Amino acid sequence: MIRRILSKVVASVAVVVAAASATFLAQLAVPGDRATALMNLQTGQDKKWTAQELAPLNAKYGFDDPIVVQYLHYVTGLFRGDLGTSYTQKRPVAEVIGGQLLPSVTLTVAALAVAWLLALGVTLLTVKRGRILSSLGSAWEALTASLPHYWVGVVLLVVFAVQLRVFPIIGGTSAWGTVLPVLTLAIPLAGFLGQVTRDEFTQVLEQPFVTTARTRGMSDLGVRLRHVLRHAVLPAITLSGWALGALISGAVIAENIFGRPGIGQVLVTAVNTRDLPTVSGIVLVVAAVYVVANLLVDLAYAVVDPRLAR
Amino acid sequence: MTSLAERLDRQLPTTTALVEVENLRVSFGDTEVVRGISFTARPGECLAIVGESGSGKSVTARTLVGLTGSNASVTADRLDLGGADLRHASERAWRRLRGRQVGFVLQDALVSLDQLRRVGDEVAEPLRLHGWGTRRSRPAKAIELLDAVGVPEPEVRARQRPYELSGGLRQRALIASAIALDPPLLIADEPTTALDVTVQAQVLDLLAAAKERGTSIILISHDLSVVARLADEVAVMREGEIVEYGAASQVLQEPRHEYTRMLLDAIPSEHTRGTRLTGSTARVRRPVDEGVPVLQARNLTKVFRGPDKVDRTVVDDVSFELFGGETLGIVGESGSGKTTLARMALAILRAEAGEVLLRGEPWTALTPGQRRPLRKQIGVVYQDPLSSFDPRWSVGRILTDALSTAAHPPSSQTEARQRAVRLLEQVGLGEHHLSAAPLRLSGGQRQRVAIARALAPEPSVIVCDEPASALDVSIQAQVLDLLTDLQDDLGVSYLFISHDLGVIHHMSDRILVMKDGRVVEHGSADDVFERPRHPYTRRLLTAVPRLRPA
Amino acid sequence: MSALTLPSTTRVRLPSAGTVLALVVVVLVLVAAIAPGLLIDRSPTAIDLKATLQPPSWQHPFGTDDAGRDLLTRVIYGARQSLGIGLGATGLAFLIAIALGFTAALIGGVVDAVITRVLEVAFAFPALLLALLVIAVRGPSLATEIIAVGIGSAPGYARMVRGQVLAVRQAGFVEAAAALGHPRFAVIRRHLFPNAMRPLVAVVTLGVGQSIVWASGLSFLGLGVPPPSSEWGALLDAGRLHITSSWWLEILPGLVIVLVALSVTALGRTLQNRLGGASR
Repeated sequence: MIRRILSKVVASVAVVVAAASATFLAQLAVPGDRATALMNLQTGQDKKWTAQELAPLNAKYGFDDPIVVQYLHYVTGLFRGDLGTSYTQKRPVAEVIGGQLLPSVTLTVAALAVAWLLALGVTLLTVKRGRILSSLGSAWEALTASLPHYWVGVVLLVVFAVQLRVFPIIGGTSAWGTVLPVLTLAIPLAGFLGQVTRDEFTQVLEQPFVTTARTRGMSDLGVRLRHVLRHAVLPAITLSGWALGALISGAVIAENIFGRPGIGQVLVTAVNTRDLPTVSGIVLVVAAVYVVANLLVDLAYAVVDPRLAR
Repeated sequence: MTSLAERLDRQLPTTTALVEVENLRVSFGDTEVVRGISFTARPGECLAIVGESGSGKSVTARTLVGLTGSNASVTADRLDLGGADLRHASERAWRRLRGRQVGFVLQDALVSLDQLRRVGDEVAEPLRLHGWGTRRSRPAKAIELLDAVGVPEPEVRARQRPYELSGGLRQRALIASAIALDPPLLIADEPTTALDVTVQAQVLDLLAAAKERGTSIILISHDLSVVARLADEVAVMREGEIVEYGAASQVLQEPRHEYTRMLLDAIPSEHTRGTRLTGSTARVRRPVDEGVPVLQARNLTKVFRGPDKVDRTVVDDVSFELFGGETLGIVGESGSGKTTLARMALAILRAEAGEVLLRGEPWTALTPGQRRPLRKQIGVVYQDPLSSFDPRWSVGRILTDALSTAAHPPSSQTEARQRAVRLLEQVGLGEHHLSAAPLRLSGGQRQRVAIARALAPEPSVIVCDEPASALDVSIQAQVLDLLTDLQDDLGVSYLFISHDLGVIHHMSDRILVMKDGRVVEHGSADDVFERPRHPYTRRLLTAVPRLRPA
Repeated sequence: MSALTLPSTTRVRLPSAGTVLALVVVVLVLVAAIAPGLLIDRSPTAIDLKATLQPPSWQHPFGTDDAGRDLLTRVIYGARQSLGIGLGATGLAFLIAIALGFTAALIGGVVDAVITRVLEVAFAFPALLLALLVIAVRGPSLATEIIAVGIGSAPGYARMVRGQVLAVRQAGFVEAAAALGHPRFAVIRRHLFPNAMRPLVAVVTLGVGQSIVWASGLSFLGLGVPPPSSEWGALLDAGRLHITSSWWLEILPGLVIVLVALSVTALGRTLQNRLGGASR
């Protein structure tokens, strides 16, 4: 078990370093000279600059150093928490992101929890419970699973904020204002998790050990809760790491729709202004968050399925 | 109700019945799968319901616990358990009955016990459900039950999960949970299928002990020889009907119904050697060619590295010779390395040490490229033919593809078709099967196509890996007969692998007994079966269920 | 030809009402993409400043935008670009996926371990972030959008291809073909490749729907094809200014995207069931 965890941790560090290398390469891949692009960005002009004019920038950002040196500088900087300097805000990227991280994490974690609750509720209530209820349940899941986040967000906004005025249009980070963004993320995910769980649930219900439990005199509800449920959630737990990725993508959109502060807002602005250090910084932070989350998912899996703890 | 006179006539005992079923019918939609059967089960006795797949035996067992499913319709003139009429029992009534009045054992405890729960919790579950004892007293009772079914170190086992136990221990734990509340009726649905023969014997002993204690047992099985060990009465089912019903000694020794006779004749054993299983005519054998062996293995060894990074020697220093027109049987329990040995003989799997010679020439020592033109000399028939066919291909394409690897491949489409038809006729199929997809064929037909494919390049050896093990006994008999007929016609040699000692004895000239990757005994079929030298062979032979004393 | 041995096993399955509906939607989208003029005789760029921001009516079923352009017409004319992006991105994703998946599965060993590890990370990594990284590097354009969505969705497909190849490689018929003496390359070409690719046909269909949704999401953030394109996502982006007053500008084009995505998914699933059912 300890070996497994250790190798997971090593792999996680490798993931972050790989992501760092990828973002570093991305920064190099920007067409044209970086100092020129930066100068244009900062002055709002579009022209050729002389070598003299560019020299201070080249010195400041180390654009003249050999690529290997730049790379090492970048990666070692990361371990000291230095994500580089934003081209547009001229502040350290870590600082730009720092304040925005918490609202985004709150949003995603809340959405994951709500999605699981929704999915389990719908599945438990409807799976293999007569034809009508079952088909209603699976139709709901199929529909919600294929809804794009932006559309769910816009519909929720128009219906509940603009028309019914139940929720604020721009919610900020207040609890009440968080409801719609969370639902925006949770509804499609719940549909997806529900589909996976329902498929597994249906299959597990047919397994011999379920029949065995019935031959002992167990009720249908008992069978579902005591035996089937635990098996049925395994695939969805495996997919939770992936789901988290989908949630982060969705969070960018949800924050955008509801004008909610968070790294999503920063990211979109940064991509628009082609502020690569900030984009890279966010990608890296998300990679780190993702890695930690996956470790947690692995642990959760081992708790539910002791076969893996061997 | 059967009259007393009828009972005496059938030599049935007259004790009070625990279960009485009359004119039971079960249908799913428009298909009637159980068609008006009647039987009784008595305390301290075992009623065996025997039949091939699709006979309706398992459905019958499930009607006795009310678990046929919501889409089944069940009717009966009488469905009594311990005097209570179950025909209109409510779900609540069924639940009170299950586990307390009736214990149910399914086959293969690996899937019949919940893998995510501890063995102790599984065993104690019926206790909890029926309000026996307290949260504190139940675990102790579970350990006591595990001890009673012969599970060593029950305290340790109770804390483990089913996958951490061996197949035999798991099955015992499953039985322990079924008899936890000491129900008067125990239904066992194929309780020993998928178990090794030695473990199977232990499980049957356990059921026999329950019978001694006065439990009534209903045993569902496809295997007449397993039934012979335990049953007092036997009911033979076919297509939803009981075709023969009577005392075990009568049904198994002097069967009256033609179908029972056919089933009994189809069981391969020492008595059927040298004869065909269908029709019981003697084989006309070709003499074995004692010259250069067609296939020869020298000191084959295979090591697999497990996920725990520990090397396991799966085949350890195995040598054998197979002569022309001969059948060499390789027998062993699961994990004995027999399939690995077959794959090495086919040069599909590389051996760590040792080599295989084909007709006295190097075979495994060659490079894959050098081996390819020689592959036509050695064919293979697998246990599961369906997975060995490309799902997109028809039977015709499968056979013409195999023909293209022959020494003289067909020169035209017409010739290929003619030769494919000839192959089909050789294995008892016909031209109309050419266009069929294997998926649409029955299990027996699929295995015939697989044999035809193996024959296509005219090989001198065919490796048969459990070729009939997944088939019903009557179909198994046809496939085994086909193999012996082909041997008598063509003089082909078989490297014949099976876990079934009866099949091995029926088929083989010489036998290799394998255990844990090693050959523990090697000799002619008669020597091995009648004068076994190794203690393991003796243990195997005593464990084999037999219809009649040898 | 002669009769099959088991009668009545070849049952003709009639498509369900849902499948038919999905098919109709997909055909309409195809027509809109190829010849939008057949569906509507208005121009997507005809400005009518007297009829700006009109709610849906018989004359303008989807309403009009802030320049008085008919929204339905713009949606119909946007189909070509949206579908093009969907097809292009899926095509790109599958090219990458097949190359990586087959390489990993057939070579095995260290190569497989490395590719698998990278794919696993990339698969679970937020696809939108990968796409945004591409856009940040290249700047928004049609080509960028295709590349971004293609790269973002490739890892998932590559994992699938690899898994499929491995599964088929383990299949009995591959060993049986080798045991007959067929060369390795012939076995790959005749058994491995077609059987591994077969279930992917359905996945490609599903992928096109997913790509359209993804691309419109990027456009929604203002990072897609620059105006005056009437690509569906771009319509959404343009409508966001008026969301508090003119809901139809957001909801209706979004509904079209959802309908198309659902239809393509439904068709893909039907295809999956049929192809899957035939192979096993």
